[in-house]
Amino acid sequence: MTEINKVIQNKIAIDKLNLFYGKFQALISVSMPVQEKMITALIGPSGCGKSTLLRSLNRMNDLIHGVKITGSVLLDEIDIYNSSLEVAELRKRVGMVFQRPNPFPLSIYENVVYGLRVAGIRNKKESDEIAEKSLRGAWLWDQVKDKLDHPALELPLDQQQRLVIARLLAVQPEVILMDEPCSALDPIATMKIEELMIELKKDYTIVIVTHNMQQASRVSDFTGYMLMGEMIEFNQTKNIFTNPSKKLTEDYISGKYG
Amino acid sequence: MRIHPRYTQRGAIAVLGGATLLTLLILAFIIFFILEKGLPGISLSFLTTNPTDMGRAGGIFPTLIGTIILPLLAIIIATPLGIFTSVYLSEYTKENKATRIIRFGTDCLAGIPSIIFGLFGYIFFVVTLGFGWSILSGGLTLAVMILPTIIRTSEEAIRAVPKSYREVSFSLGATSWQTVKKVILPNALPGIVTGIMLSIGRAIGETAAVIFTAGSSLRIPSSVFDSTRTMAVHFYILAREGISAENAYATAATLIIAVLIVNLSAYWLMHRFIAKRS
Ligand SMILES: Nc1ncnc2c1ncn2[C@@H]1O[C@H](COP(=O)(O)OP(=O)(O)O)[C@@H](O)[C@H]1O
Ligand SMILES: [Mg+2]
Repeated sequence: MTEINKVIQNKIAIDKLNLFYGKFQALISVSMPVQEKMITALIGPSGCGKSTLLRSLNRMNDLIHGVKITGSVLLDEIDIYNSSLEVAELRKRVGMVFQRPNPFPLSIYENVVYGLRVAGIRNKKESDEIAEKSLRGAWLWDQVKDKLDHPALELPLDQQQRLVIARLLAVQPEVILMDEPCSALDPIATMKIEELMIELKKDYTIVIVTHNMQQASRVSDFTGYMLMGEMIEFNQTKNIFTNPSKKLTEDYISGKYG
Repeated sequence: MRIHPRYTQRGAIAVLGGATLLTLLILAFIIFFILEKGLPGISLSFLTTNPTDMGRAGGIFPTLIGTIILPLLAIIIATPLGIFTSVYLSEYTKENKATRIIRFGTDCLAGIPSIIFGLFGYIFFVVTLGFGWSILSGGLTLAVMILPTIIRTSEEAIRAVPKSYREVSFSLGATSWQTVKKVILPNALPGIVTGIMLSIGRAIGETAAVIFTAGSSLRIPSSVFDSTRTMAVHFYILAREGISAENAYATAATLIIAVLIVNLSAYWLMHRFIAKRS
């Protein structure tokens, strides 16, 4: 068990989180830990609130009109909703990879350094170094090192998705949230991203939403199963998949549901 | 009896294509008509000399200056105001009653006949603020007149920027203002520029709002407090008062060419910008 060798520590603690889109309650008293330098997977049928929960970890739901939140999300013991922690600062520490690869219509290089520009880093040498390091970190450097000034949108989809991961790494986040990062990719590209995630786990805490149960069982250390806004079961991944304690979980992973 | 889709399809193509062709023909006819009558009167000296005898003879040099300076002043004032307003409306306010009222108001303003703006400019800038018939009064009036168009076209362009760009930018720790500067405005630029071009075209061709506020002096202005005359006003006066049909057409032709040049260069600039960015 590799996780025993690491000091197990809660990077994020979600406690009795309720989230409302207007009158509709999308999250119902969800509690869950996210352990440092581990991969935590969120599974469950479409519409159960996985993306909503993920987006509440870096306050992306703030952008949606009419969202109300109660309960708490602690990042390193600090409540991200009730403290002086600025939203922009929080999002630099808790970054996000979206479902569809979404580079800006800029060059590959300009995409990678976007977060640096936002953070006020303009120094060419420093930017170049971070860009290279980030692209290497996302296993993309060898493919793009000779065409950094090419439009990012010319890259194939799987490279675009690794580019947005590189763009995120450049900001040096602590936590990476991934919302079905492979759903637009073919099986080979998916495998590559999964391997990359396991590599990234050495340095980052990862939370991934997936509707692909094999993916959850392959890459994650912990899994939470959600249904209609509730966290039905949360446990080590191997327990969830081999010995679920709830009937609902068992139905889902055995394919009786969804 | 049901007509076979193949025939309705052919019918549709014929109607749509015919409408397009008719539009192009009308446009071509107008341009050809003006140029045919006007081009013979255009020469270097026509463009660079002062008019004599109220414009019956001589050139149109002062009106060239008026035609450049008035729309320029209007654009310089209205563009930042319009863009800031549209950014504020689309990025910094939630959709509610107040924004809908503002939007409705700008739509109404955009539809008001220009002579009303002329009247307003006369009462407010010329008389109340005491700017007199001047470049300043005319420029401010034109600015007020084109502001709604710039706001609405900019807002449309800003709204057309994919939502995911905003999300990504915010998720990388950018503030709203950084997102506006680095992502939204650059991507909305083609649409914004189109709105500005439409506005310049409208300002260059405007007569009613200008006569009331900038006057129609044929002297070369030496400050923004001097009166001036634009080509459109010059054309109007020459034609209206039957001073010289020949010079009126030559002025109109110059005006059309000027608008074409403005549009083509903006088009070219924009494409260069887009090519450089990606
Ligand atoms: N912006 C929104 N406004 C209103 N309801 C929303 C919004 N986003 C999601 N929902 C609703 O919240 C529930 C959870 O959605 P989501 O978190 O996207 O589910 P999942 O990612 O598990 O498919 C769904 O019923 C969805 O319709
Ligand atoms: Mg989802």
